[in-house]
Amino acid sequence: MITEERFSISKRSTNRFFFMIAIGLVLLVAGLIIAATSGGGHGEEHGAEAGHHAAGWGQRLLANLWMNNVYFTGIAVVGVLFIAIQYVAYAGWSVAIKRVPEAIGAYLPVGGIIMVLVFLLPIIFTGHNTLFHWTDHAVTDPTNDQYDPVIAGKSGYLNVIFYTIRMVAYFVLWFLFYKWLRRESLAEDLNGGLNHYNKSITLGAAFLVIFGVTSSMAAWDWVMSIDTHWFSTMFGWYVFASWWVSGLAAITLTIIFLKQMGYLKMVTSNHLHDLGKFLFGFSIFWTYIWFSQFMLYWYANIPEEAIYFIERLGGNNNHYTWIFFFNLLINFAFPFLVLMTRDAKRQMLMLKIVCIAILIGHWFDFYMMIMPGAMREEGGFGLIELGTALTFLGLFLWRYTSELTKANLVPLNHPFLDESVHHHV
Amino acid sequence: MTSKKYILGVFDDEDVLLNAIEKTRAAGTKIYDVFSPYPIHGIDDVLGIQRSRLPIVAFFCGLCGTSFALWMQIWMLGFDWPMIIGGKPHVALPAFIPVTFELTVLCAAFGMVITFFVISGLRPTLKVPVMDLRSTDDKYVMAIELKEGIDIQKLNDLLRSNGAIEVNEKEVVK
Repeated sequence: MITEERFSISKRSTNRFFFMIAIGLVLLVAGLIIAATSGGGHGEEHGAEAGHHAAGWGQRLLANLWMNNVYFTGIAVVGVLFIAIQYVAYAGWSVAIKRVPEAIGAYLPVGGIIMVLVFLLPIIFTGHNTLFHWTDHAVTDPTNDQYDPVIAGKSGYLNVIFYTIRMVAYFVLWFLFYKWLRRESLAEDLNGGLNHYNKSITLGAAFLVIFGVTSSMAAWDWVMSIDTHWFSTMFGWYVFASWWVSGLAAITLTIIFLKQMGYLKMVTSNHLHDLGKFLFGFSIFWTYIWFSQFMLYWYANIPEEAIYFIERLGGNNNHYTWIFFFNLLINFAFPFLVLMTRDAKRQMLMLKIVCIAILIGHWFDFYMMIMPGAMREEGGFGLIELGTALTFLGLFLWRYTSELTKANLVPLNHPFLDESVHHHV
Repeated sequence: MTSKKYILGVFDDEDVLLNAIEKTRAAGTKIYDVFSPYPIHGIDDVLGIQRSRLPIVAFFCGLCGTSFALWMQIWMLGFDWPMIIGGKPHVALPAFIPVTFELTVLCAAFGMVITFFVISGLRPTLKVPVMDLRSTDDKYVMAIELKEGIDIQKLNDLLRSNGAIEVNEKEVVK
């Protein structure tokens, strides 16, 4: 019944990912050159009259790198979280698919390096990172005329050194747990027994506690601190919900692709059904969080709080209004209506369409969180956005698939393997 | 007072039972019902029970709830007795969403439960014949209604050859 299944990826496919990265980089550079020669001057004159810094091509590049990296890092860490949850819940159904979320964390070290570089390099070379207003020393210096008491009050938490330490700590912790869970799983393939399984449960439980804190703090640091004055006590949940549902979509999509390539023979429509329920349920969960945050600010209508939604809904010359509604449509209405029936969750075609829609939709969700704060009314969709997204996608797929090939796709000695094979809903 | 006779095949293994159901149905015998101490995975398929249409009911009940909630709030707060609350417009959609959500869930759930009770005839006066008390403990009981023209001996052989440990006859008075 159970056979050795090893996913192998041809040299050509790997080359395709590198090709993707190359195209992305070419598009990115082309976009940057166009932006620098045409739009650069426009940004500077704005900056002179307004108090804040103008959004030129450098800012646009920075914002895009940051946004894509936050998005893909989230998907990668959700893989580790998924595994941890399955262990802690003593889940049996997911054993047949567990090698897929197990491999997705392979992007974490790449994401960590990119994030530290994108944050620190501008600070090293120009003194502050324009993406994060609070990195500017002028705003925390009481003698400076740009002194900002609100930001100065937050400088105990939001300062470059502590921020960098936190960022490194999140990545180190996430990466270690990814590695440890993976190591136990691979050792189980060789040795069998219950030792590795029990150890994984302990690791999983510890990771859940750590991730509960770090994911929330990462959301404040990486996304919320772009709009430095504004804060939301729900923001950690909001970013987590977005990461989680895109991670689930990425896992499901990979499983469907693998199945269509002839791998994962033990995965049946019953497993897909469960994944479909996850996608359906957590799309609603994301909407619930989104709405809870929106409604409270809308109802209270306190200026310093409502500004966040004004910038996105009607402010910035209505620049982001369509994305605001598109976000709800593609991330809530579409999965909600399409995945409602049992048959849709059990069919690969429907699931595939919804997964792709969710992945695109949550990319826009992160666009919506980051761009208005970073680019004001100059956030755009062009070669820079396309190029950066392609580069990151290629990078992500390259790390992810190469990790997938490193182990048998069936965890042969997992104690619940038999239960997963006979899973029935 | 009408009475019906049933032939009861008693099984003590889940897999044997599932196999026996398939064989019995393949032999052209109509099974009245199967009693088991717990839900058995896959038994709906082998018994040929069609999928429930209850989700469709739930969807439309939910839709009724959504429309009713929206209509109620828009009409009450927007037209029948307009009030200014917190400086918001009379028809302030975001404020209506929580109530709309609750009523959608309420109507879908109640509609589903009531429909289920009505369709399956679950009412307080309902008397459920217990075919064999052991089906609440550790045995699985397959009941076949004894109609005219059914050869008891052949049925007995069929059940026993498919793993029944006992074959009994039971008369149920309604």
